[in-house]
Amino acid sequence: MSRKILLEHIDVPGINTFETYRKMGGYRSVEKALKTMSPDDVVEEVKKSGMRGRGGAGFPTGMKWSFLAKPEGKPRYLVCNADESEPGTFKDRYLMEKIPHALIEGMITSSYALGAKTSYIYIRGEYFYVLRILEKAIAEAYANGFLGKNILGSGYDLDLYVHPGAGAYICGEETALLESLEGKRGNPRVKPPFPAIAGLYACPTVVNNVETIAAVAPIVNMGGDEYAKIGIGRSTGTKLISASGHINNPGIYEIELGLPVEEFIYSDKYCGGIKNGKRLKAVVAGGSSVPILPANLILKTANNEARLMSYESLSDGGFVSGTMLGSGGFIVYDEDSCIVRNTWNFSRFYHHESCGQCSPCREGTGWMEKVLHRIEYGHGKLSDIDLLVEVSKKIEGNTICPLGDAAAWPVASAIRHFREEFEWHINEAKLSQTRNFGLLAAHEAPVK
Amino acid sequence: MADKIKVTIDGKSVEVEPGTTILNAARQIGGDIVPPAMCYYSKLKGSGGKCRTCLVKVAQGSEKDPRPMPKLVASCQTQVMDGMVVENTTSPEVIEARKGIVEMLLINHPLDCPVCDQAGECDLQNLSFEHGASNSRYEFERRTFERVDIGDKVQLHMNRCILCYRCVYTADQITEGRVHGVLNRGDKSEISTYISAAIENDFSGNVIDVCPVGALTDKTFRFKNRVWFTKPVDAHRDCEHEKCSGKVVLWYKGEDVLRVTARKDQYGEVESFICNTCRFDKKATSDWTIEGPRKIDETSVISSNHYEMAHPLPVIEKNPALIEANKKMFHKKIK
Repeated sequence: MSRKILLEHIDVPGINTFETYRKMGGYRSVEKALKTMSPDDVVEEVKKSGMRGRGGAGFPTGMKWSFLAKPEGKPRYLVCNADESEPGTFKDRYLMEKIPHALIEGMITSSYALGAKTSYIYIRGEYFYVLRILEKAIAEAYANGFLGKNILGSGYDLDLYVHPGAGAYICGEETALLESLEGKRGNPRVKPPFPAIAGLYACPTVVNNVETIAAVAPIVNMGGDEYAKIGIGRSTGTKLISASGHINNPGIYEIELGLPVEEFIYSDKYCGGIKNGKRLKAVVAGGSSVPILPANLILKTANNEARLMSYESLSDGGFVSGTMLGSGGFIVYDEDSCIVRNTWNFSRFYHHESCGQCSPCREGTGWMEKVLHRIEYGHGKLSDIDLLVEVSKKIEGNTICPLGDAAAWPVASAIRHFREEFEWHINEAKLSQTRNFGLLAAHEAPVK
Repeated sequence: MADKIKVTIDGKSVEVEPGTTILNAARQIGGDIVPPAMCYYSKLKGSGGKCRTCLVKVAQGSEKDPRPMPKLVASCQTQVMDGMVVENTTSPEVIEARKGIVEMLLINHPLDCPVCDQAGECDLQNLSFEHGASNSRYEFERRTFERVDIGDKVQLHMNRCILCYRCVYTADQITEGRVHGVLNRGDKSEISTYISAAIENDFSGNVIDVCPVGALTDKTFRFKNRVWFTKPVDAHRDCEHEKCSGKVVLWYKGEDVLRVTARKDQYGEVESFICNTCRFDKKATSDWTIEGPRKIDETSVISSNHYEMAHPLPVIEKNPALIEANKKMFHKKIK
């Protein structure tokens, strides 16, 4: 259960340089794909691998690729979404910073598969130093004939550019990203048409997460069938998890999907248990926008089965008792964390980051933030709790892009699972300013 | 031409061209089933999808794939499929969502209708009258902005803006060179020119007509009169400007023309755009050829008790107590 694929050579000194990366077996997938495979073969391998997008939505990558329209006379683009802004997620930065060539290798192989002659890496503005690292790596790839005209004598040309964003979370949404890349205001587009039909410059475009693209290289190397054996069920392969919060060993872990959540939190190989010997209160399993789960529900599903780190197991029970794997931003809360404050904090983030294009999200995120602020600072009313649930329902599903959902889910789920804590915060307004609610007995023991 | 396709909206069927949106199909049927639209404007390319008031439920995707769509969809953006079944006013889910949207649109709106020039012909006013709640649950300070003059004839009152982007598209598509747009993001976004430039071009006045609320108002008409006290009259002139149709509505008070606007249809959209000369400078009856009284077929304050027969709101028609109270109006309708 501890197989490493993406981070296999992370500890090799100098792995960020072309020579070392090549020595450790880098760029083999480019050679294999360009010399022995047709573009459709590569797509077929990715399909077979069953890999699901690592950016958050978990859509099967091979299927996404096969939807790409191929009209005559129009260029196609591959865009890598490196606008990693989800609170709690920092895996892409680590990967790009430490092994930039892994992404570039994946970009070349994937671009070849999709028939893209120009590809872009859209990186968030705050990662400017990573952009420098990537540009250096790209220059090395050009110098060694892996980018540019006639790569490895195969007749395939590819130009790769890195483009920085300007610090907007919304530009991580794929259509907003494309708008931003075109030089416009980063507002999400109304879909359809989907990017696979009309994306960048109204041409067919595939947008993939950094980790997804980097994983294409090992898939091509080992073959899709072999990759599909890793993991569990429809969650194949390995996933980078950004573990943070009240744990002994925060950091990036590459796990094989299907690892029990309990093992991930308590094993010394991973998070190493809760800091200072405290007890677990709650976990946000996939970045700030997925529903928060209390300790009993994150360790065991509602059916009393062990919960696993996989797309299916984490979403078992729907939103009533489940959550989502999302982008793998695993945030752990100990018994002394305040859920109300945490929810307010998330809400503040979404209020700040809403693009302001469609009305439910523009107005609703600010409203929720203000109500939560009032509760957190001891001025709340009991009716505020139902108001928050109502407002979140009015936003959810009624917006252009998923930011509205992402803003509504944390609030709705926090109230669903920690209603007592919200009520305590309101009823004991004075007390709540000096101490935390702590752990409620109901959440210590698994249900049923 | 491709074959026409059939779509059913609230139990009424219509055959439309492929590629028609649900909203436009509903407009072909007409009546109460037409979803309201605050940001969509048929004459502006790319508009729509933003305000979310036109959300509808697709109960059946198409003849071939009868599954319903999982979420409510924006009817101004979603194209019809053959055999599609749409629920608008018949779906409680839609009515509930729309109520929510109206509430959202109003939480940062100043609700200063008593001093707003748009009152009486305001899309937001009509919308909230039909779909909104009578009181607000919002208990916080509303966002406020300073009033700005953009150009010498147009005033921007950002507090009232619902960010429909119509004026941005108008400037993009009708005028030469857009100098205003949306700055900032979220509920702090505002319509603005970049570093206080003035909007100076022959068609800038059209942003007043496309604005669904009172955010962009005509400075030559400001505080002159309430719109429901003025008499609209169709008129035209031979405008030397090639893009200007010269077809307008003159708004009379007594013998004076208080303002000139383009002609708006029943969905609040102008029939054709007019130039600033017609709008701001030609305010004498002698400048125009009068055609006759303007019929206003809209559910709004200006249409009642004037030229048009009374058109009771759907909400009144459903409530026996309200029918009794508005007997007079119904009497007129039957006539």
